[in-house]
Amino acid sequence: MNAAQFLTIFISAVFIYNVILSRFLGLCSFVAISKETKPAMAMSLSVMFVTTMSSIITWFIYKFLLIPFGLTYLRTISFILVIATFVQFVEMVIRKISPPLYRFFGIYLPLITVNCAVLGVAVLNVDMFFINGRATPGSFYYSLFQGICVGLGYALAMLLMSGIRERLDLCDVPKAVKDFPLAFIIASIMSLSFLGFNGFRF
Amino acid sequence: MKKYFYEFLKGIIKENPTFVLVLGLCPTLAVSVSVINGIGMGIAATFVLLGSNVIISLIKNIIPDRIRIPCFIVVIATFVTITEMMMKAYSPVLDRALGIYVPLIVVNCIVLGRAEAYAQKQTVLNSLFDGLGMGVGFTLALILISGIREFLGAGKILGHTLVKGFQPAFVLGMPSGALLVIGLLLGFFNVLKNRRE
Repeated sequence: MNAAQFLTIFISAVFIYNVILSRFLGLCSFVAISKETKPAMAMSLSVMFVTTMSSIITWFIYKFLLIPFGLTYLRTISFILVIATFVQFVEMVIRKISPPLYRFFGIYLPLITVNCAVLGVAVLNVDMFFINGRATPGSFYYSLFQGICVGLGYALAMLLMSGIRERLDLCDVPKAVKDFPLAFIIASIMSLSFLGFNGFRF
Repeated sequence: MKKYFYEFLKGIIKENPTFVLVLGLCPTLAVSVSVINGIGMGIAATFVLLGSNVIISLIKNIIPDRIRIPCFIVVIATFVTITEMMMKAYSPVLDRALGIYVPLIVVNCIVLGRAEAYAQKQTVLNSLFDGLGMGVGFTLALILISGIREFLGAGKILGHTLVKGFQPAFVLGMPSGALLVIGLLLGFFNVLKNRRE
């Protein structure tokens, strides 16, 4: 476990392999919710929270349940079930504890269950930090940190996109490219500019 | 028989999952670098769609309404795991090329969308043909996108050079090229739709 490794994870998860613009995870929510900044912000924060928590939970499941019993082929089923249950649980807790927070986040939480970014992080962590069925040293901290960074990358792309689309509302665009097509073309240009970070290494 | 044929056909054009419903774009964009990856992904997703649609329409009466989504997800995840293991065993090259996008079929909105919107209300045979049609529609969309990207981005189709002396534009093989192609294609289909109206 060293600082350089953390820095590498940060740069690659936020910039080089940005979840949305390079790995295309969570694209549906990215296009659907990025019309205004406020909902985009709420969605990004929820995603960040869920990716972080699910990185922790799936690490424990993989290390202490799936590997000792030789059940690694069940990772897809177990991860998605745990994530879905966790999200449902958080939604219930928020609704009970804080109604204003529920109004701010609540409607986006169920959407996150089927957000590819969350399952994507869990699978990526397992692929990257478990070699030949054994946890590499410090893998827990790396997984946790990667969860946070992927959430940050999602938030970055989401906020940039919603800012651009808010301004586009005032412009006169051709009817054929309105909404979805235009969003993809903008995302393509953003992805091109993120390509500039490629080769950034320690 | 005609009815089943209609159920099959609607997924290909009228309700094409990629271009009309705009569902399940993550794998579409990520794997469409080459036609062979596109076909592999399409077949895998078709298998999962077919299996989950049939099983869900079979057990629709015993699933309690309130926890139906987790039940659907378990059924889908089972088929994805089968696909994953089959692919690892019979085609390791394809498995490496598709990477994490194979397990991610679980969260592909098309599969859950068809379970929720169609299979849980319909008969087994209808669901079977719906799943098959949607899968074929998805595969054809993938072939179209990956064909454009592979030809313009690498100058090849299925690994064969088509035009001699053609200088490919590498950007189309990169992530931003995928987003550009899908954006322009969606716009193009909108133009066709507007003209028909």
